[in-house]
Amino acid sequence: MQTGTTNEPLVRFTGVQKTYDGETLVVKDLNLNIQKGEFVTLLGPSGSGKTTCLMMLAGFEVPTSGDIFLGEQRLNTLPPHKRNIGMVFQNYALFPHMTVEENLFYPLKTRKVPKAEARAKVDKILQTIQLESFANRRPSQLSGGQQQRVALARALVFEPQLVLMDEPLGALDKQLREHMQLEIKHLHENLGLTVVFVTHDQSEALTMSDRVAVFNDGKIQQIDTPQALYEYPANSFVAQFIGENNTLMGKVNSLDGDFCSVSFGEGLGTRASRIQDLSAGSPTRLSIRPERIRLNGSSEGLPNRFKAKLHEFIYLGDHLRLRCELAGNDQFYVKVPVSELCPSLSIGDHIDIGWRDEDVRALDAS
Amino acid sequence: MTSITANHTAQDNQPIAGLKAQLRRAERMKKIKAMLLVAPLALFLMIAFVMPISSMLWRSIDNTEVGSVMPKTADAILHWDGQGIPDEAVFEAFANELRESRAGGGLGRIGRRLNYEDPTFRSLLTQTLRGLPATTEVTWTEELIGINARWNETSTWLAVQRTAPTVTDRYLLAALDLERAEQGQIAKVAPNQRLYVEVFKRTLVIAGGVTLICLFLGFPLAYLLATLPTSKSNLLLICVLLPFWTSLLVRTAAWIVLLQSGGLVNSGLMWTGIIDAPIQLVFNRIGVFFAMVHVLLPFMILPLYSVMKSVPSTYQRAAVSLGAHPFAAFWQVYVPQTLSGIAAGTILVFIMALGYYITPALVGGPSDQMVSYYVAYYTNTTNNWGMAAALGALLLIVTLLLYMVYHKLVNQKQLVRS
Repeated sequence: MQTGTTNEPLVRFTGVQKTYDGETLVVKDLNLNIQKGEFVTLLGPSGSGKTTCLMMLAGFEVPTSGDIFLGEQRLNTLPPHKRNIGMVFQNYALFPHMTVEENLFYPLKTRKVPKAEARAKVDKILQTIQLESFANRRPSQLSGGQQQRVALARALVFEPQLVLMDEPLGALDKQLREHMQLEIKHLHENLGLTVVFVTHDQSEALTMSDRVAVFNDGKIQQIDTPQALYEYPANSFVAQFIGENNTLMGKVNSLDGDFCSVSFGEGLGTRASRIQDLSAGSPTRLSIRPERIRLNGSSEGLPNRFKAKLHEFIYLGDHLRLRCELAGNDQFYVKVPVSELCPSLSIGDHIDIGWRDEDVRALDAS
Repeated sequence: MTSITANHTAQDNQPIAGLKAQLRRAERMKKIKAMLLVAPLALFLMIAFVMPISSMLWRSIDNTEVGSVMPKTADAILHWDGQGIPDEAVFEAFANELRESRAGGGLGRIGRRLNYEDPTFRSLLTQTLRGLPATTEVTWTEELIGINARWNETSTWLAVQRTAPTVTDRYLLAALDLERAEQGQIAKVAPNQRLYVEVFKRTLVIAGGVTLICLFLGFPLAYLLATLPTSKSNLLLICVLLPFWTSLLVRTAAWIVLLQSGGLVNSGLMWTGIIDAPIQLVFNRIGVFFAMVHVLLPFMILPLYSVMKSVPSTYQRAAVSLGAHPFAAFWQVYVPQTLSGIAAGTILVFIMALGYYITPALVGGPSDQMVSYYVAYYTNTTNNWGMAAALGALLLIVTLLLYMVYHKLVNQKQLVRS
């Protein structure tokens, strides 16, 4: 939607459903368009249907109903080896009995690419992943990050129309994972790849993607740019799943365009930005990001101000998290940069907190 | 400044030296404990494996029968140059020790040993013993030749000389259808006496055939076992292991019942009209293959299964996603990763098949008997331990050689599995 480069989408899911046992739908009525050159992440908890979607796209699962198109071609019954889709597997699936180079030659051999041309392609991709000197090693002799790069190269070397990645960074440690996230992102940008990426790690999804589709319960809950997803979650699942979040249960008093006024706790009230399907009198869940809450002095002049009781300091180096109690919720967190913290604060104090109307979002109550 | 630094290093080094000693002590304790734990097994292997094998290997070259009964004769005849007949000293020692050999069964032992050289030797010895004069004041050369003129022949004494050294290669040569000719050079035995080379070939062919059949039958089954959900595969695995619950003898006998002319298989085939008259399925090579494959199949399936279980299906998926046809993916990506299982299974089945005795003895015909049959024949029937040991030793050597070749081949494929 936001980042469509051409009008005709490269991948189209229309009304796709999938069931394994004939009783429960793992994927319920999936409609998804992916543009050429786009980096789309399928994000969701395990069992949400995101991997099943990827497997249907790769051809290892067949949709129970609905259609999947790659360009003009209907994919449903096309066997996986004829799809020309590159795939990076969770544990890389590098062939242990072949060297790095043989692994890279494999997809070219199956496509009967002439020897000289294949050689040039392999050399080029080895250069791209900076592993020229490892060409004759076996996968078991490489580090996790190097194996990851080879797996990536193997999925790219035959220049597929589409690259699928199934939690490819799950096995790496945190630092390497962050490094690889950027590396994959740069590859995507430099080579103009179309990528469908599956992960359950929300920060990974936010870092890398043009658009993120949040899956839960077999359905796409919201598909949007990372920023929109974070700032304007469409429902309380997305708000909970993406980033940190404070919630307060309340009741809608009145609607006012994109805003509404909500009462919560004992006699407290706030204005909040809202999702569409709310009506006056309906219960709602308020969602406020910890970093949007202002403390004491800086909360002065804000339309919504409250007294909260300070329970705990949690020191995190670059910032502090204060655990407070507000309207009966004692898991109410406020995030404060270390430099902005008033040293006279102590546990048990009643502190002033406040937020702007647009920083709190009224969502469905479920 | 320098002195301070030096002091520091000295101080730092001392505890490190102490640490190293402590580490060594701790590791030595660990080693001793480990050794104590394996000691019973090592002892058992020593008694039940190393000693019998080395004693068997020794018996295949052991030639001490004559030397132990007639030490002086053996000593003296070794100095004889093999021309004409030996001198009087040899004759005298021989006559005296022949007389003494009557006590303690020595005569039987040298008789048996010399009979391998010439089947009439035992009677020559008894006849000579009977004819020996009571006195010692005689010329033994004349006396012996007087008893039997064969003592005047070079070949007779050459035969005795051959039994004199402590080791001999005659059993090993005989097990290869070879012998020492008169002049001591190695030659083939007469064509009508040749047997063992053929038996060795037959043994290798049967063992190889059984191994190949087991691999072709076992590989798909092991694959099925490895891909099925655990509950189903466990049930199938029990079926695979079921044959182990009955005795080998019963299973082999069952094959005779099934495969004989009036048996289930033949009547079934005749009933369906595939054949008109019963075909010979047992007491020939077919029966041997049937029964041996049946017995050895689990030994192929189990190592294959355990390796296949550890090969994730994602490799084949990856190959397919890279454009390989599923069959190609299976052949190029899956099978190479099971090579270590194939190697283990085939070598296990092959080596077990090489030593098979009961099954071919029961369901095979006379031309299907393998090396073990002759080993049993020499130990149980003719009491010729030298021949039995030589056949056994050769089988062991052939097995080791094949294993080494195989090991090299498999290693060249470099079975590196992450």
